[in-house]
Amino acid sequence: MSEEKPEKKKLDPKRRSMPKQTPWERVKNFEEVALGYPVETAVEEASRCLQCKKPLCNQGCPVGIDIPGFIKCIVEGDFGAGVKKIKETNALPAICGRVCPQEEQCEKMCVVGKKGESLSIGRLERFVADWEASQGKIEVPDMASKTGKKVAIVGAGPAGITVANDLVILGHDVTVFEALHECGGVLMYGIPEFRLPKRIVNREVEYVKSLGVKIYTDFVVGKTRTVDQLLKEFDAIFVGSGAGLPWFMEIPGENLNGVFSANEYLTRVNLMKGFRFPEYDTPVKRPSRVAVVGGGNVAMDSARTAIRLGADEVHLVYRRSRTELPARIEEVENAEEEGVIFDLLTLPVRLVGDERGWIKEMECLRMELGEPDSSGRRKPIAVEGSNFIVPFDAAVIAIGNSPNPLIPMTTPGLEISKKGGIVTSAETGQTSRPDIWAGGDIVRGAATVISAMGDGRIAAASIHKYLMNRG
Amino acid sequence: MPYKIVERRMIVPNLHEFTVEAPAVAESIKPGNFVIVRPDDHGERIPLSVADWDRSAGTVTSIFMQVGGSTAKLARLKPGDTIPTYVGPLGKETVIGRFGAVLCLGGCYGIGSIYPVARALKEAGNTVYSILEARSSFLLYWEDKFHKVSDRVFAITRDGTKGRKGHIGQIPELLQSAGIVPDLTIVNGCTFQMMRMSQITRPLGWKTIVNMNPIMIDGTGMCGVCRLSVAGKMKFACVDGPDFDGHEIDWEEFLARRKSYNPEEVDPLRHSSCRSHF
Repeated sequence: MSEEKPEKKKLDPKRRSMPKQTPWERVKNFEEVALGYPVETAVEEASRCLQCKKPLCNQGCPVGIDIPGFIKCIVEGDFGAGVKKIKETNALPAICGRVCPQEEQCEKMCVVGKKGESLSIGRLERFVADWEASQGKIEVPDMASKTGKKVAIVGAGPAGITVANDLVILGHDVTVFEALHECGGVLMYGIPEFRLPKRIVNREVEYVKSLGVKIYTDFVVGKTRTVDQLLKEFDAIFVGSGAGLPWFMEIPGENLNGVFSANEYLTRVNLMKGFRFPEYDTPVKRPSRVAVVGGGNVAMDSARTAIRLGADEVHLVYRRSRTELPARIEEVENAEEEGVIFDLLTLPVRLVGDERGWIKEMECLRMELGEPDSSGRRKPIAVEGSNFIVPFDAAVIAIGNSPNPLIPMTTPGLEISKKGGIVTSAETGQTSRPDIWAGGDIVRGAATVISAMGDGRIAAASIHKYLMNRG
Repeated sequence: MPYKIVERRMIVPNLHEFTVEAPAVAESIKPGNFVIVRPDDHGERIPLSVADWDRSAGTVTSIFMQVGGSTAKLARLKPGDTIPTYVGPLGKETVIGRFGAVLCLGGCYGIGSIYPVARALKEAGNTVYSILEARSSFLLYWEDKFHKVSDRVFAITRDGTKGRKGHIGQIPELLQSAGIVPDLTIVNGCTFQMMRMSQITRPLGWKTIVNMNPIMIDGTGMCGVCRLSVAGKMKFACVDGPDFDGHEIDWEEFLARRKSYNPEEVDPLRHSSCRSHF
């Protein structure tokens, strides 16, 4: 009985922490909060991976990255091979590594996580992407020979960039039309610098351009040209025109001065660099008492932005409890560390203005949680007579938005949902018109970056099939 | 992509004629549309109403007033210079139909932007009465252009140096004495003018369309800063407008919102710091 069994890999239950700026430092700047793994830590963390024969993590990834594959490269110290592995299915690893809700996706499925803490897949993805950038030389994947097919993409956000990347690699001639003056969509105007530095977005966009994708900024499809005008020139169109008009609560006082949609507030700061006013021309208000209404990532971003703009007190007003906050737990913790005050189980019912039309206070109701509602979360119920008034000199409304109306308004024959989104087939991303595909927020309303990228991946495959079948 | 300035000249004191080479915009622009302009790489995005275009030359013209920092930057541009952003056409175009007798009232930069409206209405077979309003005759412009597209052109100046002496309050009387009852009134101009005209025409029952000019950022239906109350409902000027029924607008709210960034944008330009000498 001398036969030796191969030693089973011992589970290392503790994930390696990633260095961050301390809260007292970071509230005074707009620099990135999380600093990334140093090389040694990355290799240590990667070594925790069990290299499962039948990995589950992949299944949790909306774009199907070969996760054990790229982790193995890190363990072996071949970071270049790691990033190449990711880029087989994901054009934007530095972005996804930072803003994907991994705890709900790949890391949720991780087998290590059944007994200990799941592997930090997102941080490792970020690590290899940043490593590649620091080498100053970006690997370009193998490109298929030219097909001669022309595809137009509406919007240079996460969905559009993903489609562009996939289709250009497959040999198609790809042109992206972007309405704003910068590429990146929500990555540029929505997600703050301290969570996703804009140089990283620019870097990833430059990468896709280096593959041969043409991008026109300041071009509003639906206005400058309609989808049907473009179809005279292009064989297929993907619409990733993103978020549209912000939702408000439909309570009195929402048009008072000092009341901002999160879209406006964040666009002023991120896209227009209002935090550097007057060096940049777009001003942003710097009020001292700010209420942010909502509980998602956009609400966290708005609250943490208000802190950095020097507010004395920032309150996050949310009608359910902490458990139901839709934001990533990491961002909730960051916000708490930075001093955001969470007014939970609180519902604004009225905004009150001064004689000059500026907000001065917010009337709220206390809530309690009842039975679960259709979303599976416990339904908040107002406590009668619990009204109270809190003074604020600004409010940011971060309760979501509808899909952008421009393409639905100007494209006849496109099936539109009740909520204003473009209706698509879940398997293909194809719309009710055979040569038009769509994905991301224009279909889903307000969703995540990675779900937009997942939509893009599916649509790109379907567009490719369509173009090749047409001969 | 940089956009070339073809012309930028002060047409009357503080108002600038601004023509930019932007073929894609020129090809699809219509009366009532606006563009978003960024004067330089640190500049903000500001909406400008469109006053004319030349589709074959690929150029678009606006009249703008120098008010704050961004328009000051635009006012310093010379032909041949470039700007980084010029995007459009944005907003819904003014509805052009066969209405009968249409009154087109323009003031300030709006004399420019109502010109293509008057032209299109005339081409559509309407009887067009154009009224140009300014404080004094030296602030009026483009009268020759209006004569070509209008059945009659009236001027109103505060000091009486041209046309009728007074202000837009005199319009009902002016039209009455000329025997004119408009089927539709369209106003392009400063907020006060559009508000005042809406107040004047309401008791007369004259349907009045105004071309709203709120603060905007993206101008494409995303940021929500251009919201206003129309018939008690929240509307967004960039995608629902900019044309609205003047009788349905909450003007007080609109005026307050329009001024909300004056402390940052306009007031610093008006301060001389002379007091610091004492």
